[in-house]
Amino acid sequence: MAALNNLTEHLEAFVDVTRSPTHHAESLKAIATSLEKGVLSINQLVVEMDMYLTTTDDVVRARGSILLLAEMLDYLKSKPLDNAVVHSLIGFFTAKLAEWRSVRGALSGCLALIKRKGVAGVVTAVDAEAVAKSMAQSIQVQSLALYDRKLCFELLECLLEQYPEAMINLGDLMVYATCEAIDGEKDPPCLMIAFHVVELLARLFPSPSGPVASEASDLFEFISCYFPLHYTHTKGDEASIPREDLSRGLSLAISSTPFFEPYAIPLLLEKLSASLPVAKVDSLKCLKDCAVNYGVSRMKKHYKDLWPALKDALYASTKTDLSFGLESLTSPGFEMGEIHREAVNLLQRLVKQDISFLGLVVEDIRVNMVFDTISRYLRYEEMLDTSKLEVLVVSQILSVSARSSVESCNIIFETFFSRLMNTLGIVEKTSPGDLVHNENSTVSTRLYHGGLHLCIELLTASKDLIPSSEECTSTPESAQQSWCSIVNRFSASLIEAFTSAVQSSNDDCSADAYLGVKGLLAMGMFRGGSSPVSRSEFEKILTTLTSIIAANSAKTVKWELALKALVCMGSFIDRYSESEKAMSYMAIVVENLVSLVRSSHCSLPHPMILEATSEVCSTMPTYVEKMVEGFEEAFCSSFSDFCVSLGPMTLDRKVFTIVSVSISNKQGIESFLISNYYLENTCQVNGNFKSIENCSQLLECVTNKLLPRLTEIDGLEKSLVNFAISMWNQIESSIVFSYDFNGREFVEAAMKTMGEIVGVASVDSQNSIIQKAYNVISSSTLPAMESIPLTVAALEGLQRNLSTRDELILSLFASVIIGASPKASIPDVKSLVDLFLVSFLKGYIRAAQALGSMINKLVTGSGGTNISTDCSLEEACDIIFHESDSSKTICGSETFLGKICLGFCGSLDLQTRAITGLAWIGKGLLMRGDKRVNEIALVLMECLKSTNSSGNALHPSAMKHAADAFLTLMSDSEVCLNRKFHAVIRPLYKQRFFSITVPILESLIVNSQTPLSRTMLHVALAHVVSNVPVTVILDNTKKLLSVILEGLSVLSVDSVHKETLFSLLLVLSGTLTDIKGQQSVSDNAHRIIECLVKLTSYPHLMVVRETAIQCLATLLELPHGRIYPFRREVLQAVTKALDDPKRRVREEAIKCRQAWTSISSRSTPF
Amino acid sequence: MVSGLINENPIVYEIKERRDVRAYSSNTDELSVDAIDQLEVFDHIRDIKDPEHPYSLEQLKVLTEDSVEVDDTKSRVRVTFTPTVEHCSMATIIGLCVRVKLMRSLPSRYKIDIRVAPGTHATEAAVNKQLNDKERVAAALENPNLVEMVDECLSPSFE
Repeated sequence: MAALNNLTEHLEAFVDVTRSPTHHAESLKAIATSLEKGVLSINQLVVEMDMYLTTTDDVVRARGSILLLAEMLDYLKSKPLDNAVVHSLIGFFTAKLAEWRSVRGALSGCLALIKRKGVAGVVTAVDAEAVAKSMAQSIQVQSLALYDRKLCFELLECLLEQYPEAMINLGDLMVYATCEAIDGEKDPPCLMIAFHVVELLARLFPSPSGPVASEASDLFEFISCYFPLHYTHTKGDEASIPREDLSRGLSLAISSTPFFEPYAIPLLLEKLSASLPVAKVDSLKCLKDCAVNYGVSRMKKHYKDLWPALKDALYASTKTDLSFGLESLTSPGFEMGEIHREAVNLLQRLVKQDISFLGLVVEDIRVNMVFDTISRYLRYEEMLDTSKLEVLVVSQILSVSARSSVESCNIIFETFFSRLMNTLGIVEKTSPGDLVHNENSTVSTRLYHGGLHLCIELLTASKDLIPSSEECTSTPESAQQSWCSIVNRFSASLIEAFTSAVQSSNDDCSADAYLGVKGLLAMGMFRGGSSPVSRSEFEKILTTLTSIIAANSAKTVKWELALKALVCMGSFIDRYSESEKAMSYMAIVVENLVSLVRSSHCSLPHPMILEATSEVCSTMPTYVEKMVEGFEEAFCSSFSDFCVSLGPMTLDRKVFTIVSVSISNKQGIESFLISNYYLENTCQVNGNFKSIENCSQLLECVTNKLLPRLTEIDGLEKSLVNFAISMWNQIESSIVFSYDFNGREFVEAAMKTMGEIVGVASVDSQNSIIQKAYNVISSSTLPAMESIPLTVAALEGLQRNLSTRDELILSLFASVIIGASPKASIPDVKSLVDLFLVSFLKGYIRAAQALGSMINKLVTGSGGTNISTDCSLEEACDIIFHESDSSKTICGSETFLGKICLGFCGSLDLQTRAITGLAWIGKGLLMRGDKRVNEIALVLMECLKSTNSSGNALHPSAMKHAADAFLTLMSDSEVCLNRKFHAVIRPLYKQRFFSITVPILESLIVNSQTPLSRTMLHVALAHVVSNVPVTVILDNTKKLLSVILEGLSVLSVDSVHKETLFSLLLVLSGTLTDIKGQQSVSDNAHRIIECLVKLTSYPHLMVVRETAIQCLATLLELPHGRIYPFRREVLQAVTKALDDPKRRVREEAIKCRQAWTSISSRSTPF
Repeated sequence: MVSGLINENPIVYEIKERRDVRAYSSNTDELSVDAIDQLEVFDHIRDIKDPEHPYSLEQLKVLTEDSVEVDDTKSRVRVTFTPTVEHCSMATIIGLCVRVKLMRSLPSRYKIDIRVAPGTHATEAAVNKQLNDKERVAAALENPNLVEMVDECLSPSFE
């Protein structure tokens, strides 16, 4: 009963028009829920609504009752209802359709009921028929409002879709009703449905004596007036239904029934000849739909009109500039507009559907005239625009027709190809294998560009028609492939012609080369066994292209074209797995190029050979293998060019042995270095700078071209690991290097390649590389360095640098260690730690990085649970920090390394190296989340104070290194300790370091004694702050803001800190916009503006000025009262920036100035 | 006021491609100076809307790149614009818009000259005089209706 009470309330609420729509929706919802739950039945509801349904007040009756009932039914779509209920309801709504006041409710009621699906109780066919009849008789659709019209169309659509039989019974009536409803409709959503209704009607009455057939003319008249669609009001409606969708709907409606044909085609042809581009596109699309649906026999009548119209469209939409560039080698070479594309589609459709259409094409006078045009001009540029157009369009028409079907291709080739060949002077092959061509007849070949273009288009079109090998076996090869035999007859001469086109080309005219290469490419891309190009001819193409690559000495267009063509053919062979062609490709292209790489003496510059080889070979895995082998050999041979291998140098080997013995007797490092020096100077080595350069280029090629494609190419990893090992072999077998000129570059390249190869290799391969490298290093003179005691005197005594060989070995070994994963086993860790320690104190940063990586990846725990390593993290740390007291682990300022850093002992050089090294070790520890990093940070911060604990002043250079150490610690490094090199990375390690160091740095800044120390502390802080994730900064904006601002003003003094300044400024700009920082930014607005105003004239870095101005513009988001007082200041600064030397700054200044002007009074417009 | 538009059906031209400022100057070094040049000044004024059509002055060929003359060392700019029709009463408004836009965009050291292309306007001399008279420009910008109109034309529009 309570439900009923509420019901009355809700009903009242819904009926009351003065209430808000949300109110209505609420009460509707409430009633619907109670119905759905079964608290209330439909019958009860109707009884309760009795008064509203029968009242004489039109508004209440229409709105309250009928609409309510209708919307209710819409809610209950899935609730099963009794058939009797449905029947009586639909009867009620059907009757109400006649009453115009309640028509909306009646329509939505009918619609809701008709839409009901099987299980939930449906409207019977008889009732549906009644609805349709009532609707057709009593509703005048076009007199209704927009929403009601839409309901009408939806109802029609639904009826036709769900009750086709009932609607067929109604026959004419439905067609009349539809015609009447559509007439004059202008609203896109309604039209969309209306077009669909027409389509449904057409489907319902396919018989030629049916109502659609008899009313076709009227019906078509009503829909054709919309063609071509044009939106007059672009703003509002377009959002609901895009023009494209509506136009597609219209096109489907027009093409829905063949009965429209006599009216549609003439109309479309007329519209096609219009000048409006939209009309052209729409009619072409629509014509294509019609061609599909109307059938060949009906379309045939119009061919005579259709063909000229289509041809005109093609002519009008083609532009005459043909591109001879690299990018168009695999595309048509000219721009395709939408009209053009649609015209091509239509042509293809027509030819495919009915071969007799082709007759019109073949007999067309314009098409036939093109052969005269071709032979009139030799070069494309010489042609008149009209001739260019002629050639382009005709080749387009012919190639599209040829592409449509095998049959059409045969006809086109039979009719035109021989003629074309005649024009070009290309001669047929008389007997297989033997050519008519002799020395004299080649002269007769006339390379008309237009003709070549046409020829290439035809060949490219035909190649798609060759069935793949599987299809080939199922369909018997018959005469239907006659085009194949035609091409076959000419293939040899064609290839020759294209070849001569390429060869005759010179640099200032790329057209010859382009057409030649494109032609060769087209000839080379025929698929499968039934290809008209024989294997020997295919090989000839490859040979020609390869020789172009090998013969050129500079990067010309021809060279690039040939390379691209080869790559295309390579990937084509791979895609269709053509084993026979792959073999030819391997033998001709790959082998030749690889042998070019191997021989360092050829006319082609080395980088170009490498580029060509890597591009071509990466098309198939087998080629890659071959290439890496070639690279290996090339590396070895050029490497041995600039270093002396052990073999022939027996005398020096003796000296070396003596020296080694003397070292092993530990007679001192000095003697070893001297003897090494002696060796280098006595050996007369013909240092070949070119080979060094070749070597480094080769390594760069491996790193840049091959490594990134590792995942795409199978088996590449294995070959690369072999490559790395053979690099070590090569180094092992040579003693002395003679390089100084390009040496640095080579070492860099070698380190990079080695590191990256190790980085991508599997753990097993890593182990084998490490083992190999370790063997090399232990046979070298480097182990002697391990035994150097870690005392200042010993380190200072080590004045002379390492020999070049040792340096190379050390750097490469460091790279191996950097790239190794934590799971790889490293032998003899303890002595390696010693070695790296001594080397970085000697100034080899790579060693410090390697040490950091090692520390990062070693297992923790005493004794070493992992059998692969003989040393735990703790032990390694003990060695590094060299404690006197081994009972507890410390790494702070008490340690030897700490003391050097703080300048207690040793020279300045040693100090700065120690600081840099410490930073890398610290980074390794920091990333794995080890506590020891805190003490390292303390040492580094100690270095930033102006004096150390014993009162000695620290050198500025040491302080600078210490400040930069924070950058090393916090930033993501490219060269080591990153994901690529398998670093152990604890999450949030940056945040942790931030929270430890920032408070200390802040207090140090407050207490700093000298300006220098203050600046350096700010630099360190800036490094930390700018490398931490933004969210951390935003959480701490309040605390950080003032120190950031101070930092900005301190750093802006010296141009040395410009990069740091910029990154700090970016941090500030990040806080300005965020909601979290807003409050503190607002509080500090005056300081921020003051600081930014100063930076707008920062002379050393443009981006600083630009960002500062952008920040000023963002500040306008702050409350007006906070910023208004500063507008004069800001405007002054920004006005000055209008005269900035850099354009980008000026642009920002204009925007910023405008924004700030608009907050001040309106009386100053400028 | 005249009812209806002065030029009801203007010819709309295709516009030139724009120079990407960032690509243009990012690789130059810190010390190099990008002098204010013809194209930069043209960039400032090309998007000004015509007072009576939803097209930019560039689209209507009222302004072209060549209509701007710049001498950065002597701090001079001269803009010569071509009204679409000879009797165009909007010429002064267009000139005023160009002047305001340039005053907002160029450093204050510049002297800005604005004139109607010779022979393209019925009252050429009068318009030129009006546009280059400091007092009259200032007075015009006191007029709230004019300012509103100018702002409307300068508002970053359709692109």
